[in-house]
Amino acid sequence: MSTSTVTPTAPADPPAGDRTPARGSRRRGESGPLARLTSHGVLTVASLIALFPVAWLVFLSLGPDKDDYLRPGGIWGKMTLDNYAHVLQDTNFFDWLKSSLIVSLGTTVIGVFVAATTGYAVSRMRFPGYKKFMWVLLLTQMFPVAVLMVPMYQILSDLQLIDSYLGLILVYCSTAVPYCAWLMKGYFDTIPFEIDEAGRVDGLSPIGTFVRLILPLARPGLAVAAFYSFITAFGEVAFATTFMLDDEKYTLAVGLQSFVSEHDAQRNLMAATAVLIAIPVSAFFYLVQKNLVTGLTAGGTKG
Amino acid sequence: MTVAIDRATGKRRGDRAPRPGPVSRLKRGYQKYWYAYAMIAPVALVLGVIVLYPLAYGFYLTLTDADSLNSARTIGVNEIEATWKFIGIDNYADILWGETAYDRFWSKFIWTIVWTAACVALHYGIGLGLALLLNQKLRGRTFYRLVLILPWAVPTFVTVFGWRFMLADAGIINSGLDFLGMPTPAWLEDTFWQRFAAIMVNTWCGVPFMMISLLGGLQSIDASLYEAAEMDGASAWQRFRHVTLPGLRSVSSTVVLLGVIWTFNQFAVIFLLFGNTAPEAQILVTWAYQLGFGQQPREFAESAAYGMLLLAILVVFTSFYRRWLNRNDQQLAI
Repeated sequence: MSTSTVTPTAPADPPAGDRTPARGSRRRGESGPLARLTSHGVLTVASLIALFPVAWLVFLSLGPDKDDYLRPGGIWGKMTLDNYAHVLQDTNFFDWLKSSLIVSLGTTVIGVFVAATTGYAVSRMRFPGYKKFMWVLLLTQMFPVAVLMVPMYQILSDLQLIDSYLGLILVYCSTAVPYCAWLMKGYFDTIPFEIDEAGRVDGLSPIGTFVRLILPLARPGLAVAAFYSFITAFGEVAFATTFMLDDEKYTLAVGLQSFVSEHDAQRNLMAATAVLIAIPVSAFFYLVQKNLVTGLTAGGTKG
Repeated sequence: MTVAIDRATGKRRGDRAPRPGPVSRLKRGYQKYWYAYAMIAPVALVLGVIVLYPLAYGFYLTLTDADSLNSARTIGVNEIEATWKFIGIDNYADILWGETAYDRFWSKFIWTIVWTAACVALHYGIGLGLALLLNQKLRGRTFYRLVLILPWAVPTFVTVFGWRFMLADAGIINSGLDFLGMPTPAWLEDTFWQRFAAIMVNTWCGVPFMMISLLGGLQSIDASLYEAAEMDGASAWQRFRHVTLPGLRSVSSTVVLLGVIWTFNQFAVIFLLFGNTAPEAQILVTWAYQLGFGQQPREFAESAAYGMLLLAILVVFTSFYRRWLNRNDQQLAI
């Protein structure tokens, strides 16, 4: 952060005027021991804050009694996995998990594919109406659930898609794809045009160029788009509650909701369910997290 | 621009004399860009069917008095015809300046604005701070990053449950505060603390996205700019002010806009944190959902009217935002 040995400060707190040019002893980009300590301190505190609610949930899920969350100290002595066993055996957990995975993975696959083609078209071809199209994509991000819910319900029931996975996948695509397309456009913009050109020269069709040259290069962007679609679909509550009627087709989010309203007092079971739900999505997250930094901002930085 | 198109599609140029006229222009446009249109067709189709048509239909609904008692429905074997009728802009008039409009709309409107501003400011401020820290050469940097994105990795509806346990009357937070001899607010009952808790939880959920986006932005700033600034004797603050912030401008303007839109429409946090128990802490989105789906009879038309108002507010905001960016010689990445 700071090169001065006297006042190594955080950026919010500028050194007032004294710039002792103590260069040479340290290389650029490295900071003094005190600054490093402060950074570590702040980051550790932030990490604890980020970690604590999740860790707490896991901890509570191990307590066997429904009131254990009020007396967390007592859990240490009687930790058990009974709650998990109970949730797995006595609810439709696996049905819900199956629906959630079908819907989320369906959204991911369809969403990423569609977003990639769209992003490519918008990035490479300035076709008439392209500005308007981007504006519409942004606009769809602004629609509140409340205005779409009733009409969507009617359209889906006209199309016989209520209570079907495909219907929910399409709905989720409509929320995830605009952002993903925008993201992919940003990423494609960073891939030089010369590559397309080379593909053309070597006799590839436009689609061949896209599939065989550009897509492999855009892997980080695709990972982020996949992640975003997955998260969106996996964690969505409002649409899933309204559009899924059959108990066996509930997604995990809805299942947990119904579980909560039935067993409101049994917080230990709720905690266990919540932890079980968090596992698959967190696993997916950490699979793609390496690409997040590059993928997310590739477009934004170009402006 | 034309060159680019030709490069990418490989369309031949100039082997046909351009002839003006709408039909041939359309034809030429089609021949030139068919590939682009084919590629965006799926999105356009899905958005058209699933979003734009419902939007138009939803707008029509706002001009009627539809609710769950007079809509078409099927009870057993009996099909009941819809009996709602067209009432023009009465819904909007009622919401905006009808009786008790302040309690129903304006108070929530103000709270929504406060909520959005506070959340986005906190997201951005904390996210930027953490991104700056993570952008240093620091031991354990990867580890910190992995932990810090955890709130994003775990689905919101799961983490909000965790927060509910923690914020409950005798939950860990109040026990801790009590232990330290501090007052223990009723997080989930008292209006002020409900709002406070909502902002706190949403901040916790939203920081990682900002942090990662800004981290990407920071990494793309050319290191030689910092070297040059340092050569010229710029202090840490001056480097931050004149190199880092301008370098982040285009990322920032984009993520702030997205942040405003998403926070304004943030449904899950408040809905899951309070359910129906906190009428005062509802922002407009959750309130609209409450009207349309959380009560009996369901007020479809009024709920949709709230939705249209929300959309209108966002569209107006975005237009001003874009204009403001343009005046400052910036372009949105979108």
